Amino acid sequence: MSTTKELSLKESKVTYLLRLADDRLILGQRMSEWCGHGPVLEEDLALANMALDLIGHASSLYAYAAEVEGEGNDEDHFAYFRDDYDFTNLQLCELPKGDFAFTIARQFLFSSFSYFQYEKLKDSKDEQFAGMINKHLKEIKYHLRHSRDWVLKLGDGTEESKKRMQEAFDELWMYVGELFFIDGVDEMMLAKGNGADLLSFKDEWKNLVEDTLTEATLTVPDWNQFMMTGSRNGMHTEHLGPMLAQMQFLRRSHPDADWK
Amino acid sequence: MTKSELMSENNEKDWPLWEVFYQPKNGKPYEHAGSLHASDAENALQNARDVYARRNEGIGIWVVPSNQITASTPEDMGSFFDPASDKPYRHPQFYSVPRAVKKRK
Repeated sequence: MSTTKELSLKESKVTYLLRLADDRLILGQRMSEWCGHGPVLEEDLALANMALDLIGHASSLYAYAAEVEGEGNDEDHFAYFRDDYDFTNLQLCELPKGDFAFTIARQFLFSSFSYFQYEKLKDSKDEQFAGMINKHLKEIKYHLRHSRDWVLKLGDGTEESKKRMQEAFDELWMYVGELFFIDGVDEMMLAKGNGADLLSFKDEWKNLVEDTLTEATLTVPDWNQFMMTGSRNGMHTEHLGPMLAQMQFLRRSHPDADWK
Repeated sequence: MTKSELMSENNEKDWPLWEVFYQPKNGKPYEHAGSLHASDAENALQNARDVYARRNEGIGIWVVPSNQITASTPEDMGSFFDPASDKPYRHPQFYSVPRAVKKRK
């Protein structure tokens, strides 16, 4: 996937949908790693629930991408039969789950961004897309509420929880820049009334993050520090490969398998 | 009871127990769904949503700290609940209830 190649309208739309779907599938997969390992029963359920929400969102987006693409592919093709350099998810999503503080910090950063993004996307001219977005938005609101609540509790908590929370944000910070990556694909989608103008809510999002961290008695890392790039063009950290190997191997071992 | 009083009632490390009630439909009474542990009221509400409201069970949730509920004991059974069926004069059974009123039940 080259940055300089000009994509057609259809290709842009498919790329756009796949970016959204990849974010959610990869993050959902990471969240699901908590199943059975949650800190308490209730949180184990909450984390698994959120993982399922995200995977559900990915599933609808992949199905729609396949429909728009019109080449006879389906969700499984995108999820299981592409290699890591074809995935266009944010590197933020593929990072290992870490400790509970890391998971919560990442969930908060991703959900807050998605919330603003989806608030814009829900007015898309494409009715099928808008319908999907509106449904997903309800769940994203909950993910944001849940993760934000934990950031406050853990940040303004014990000495240990505060230290872990701060370390989590410090570690995640260099992956935050990519959230606002904009290229021809976004511009094409916006021009057709289907995209989200990321810059229009960047300040609002930054304020929410800063207010939350401050209320949690944490230090906001430097917005101008070094930021990772490349994920929207298939460049990933060393973590994605092994994760995909685990996620895909069963499906690839039995490509013709059926639930029946 | 203030939040700090509630927290200091238990060992600081344990999350208190909460009872969860949900309302299946508008206007219907809240039903007991079960219990869960949570650190505070907001946490309890969210946990209740995750544990008990995932499959369209209802439209509203109440969470109450379990130690705030005063319950009758088995010993009370006799004196509280045995119906006064041997005292017919205490119940207005000799009126015919209009059909419209009976239906509303």
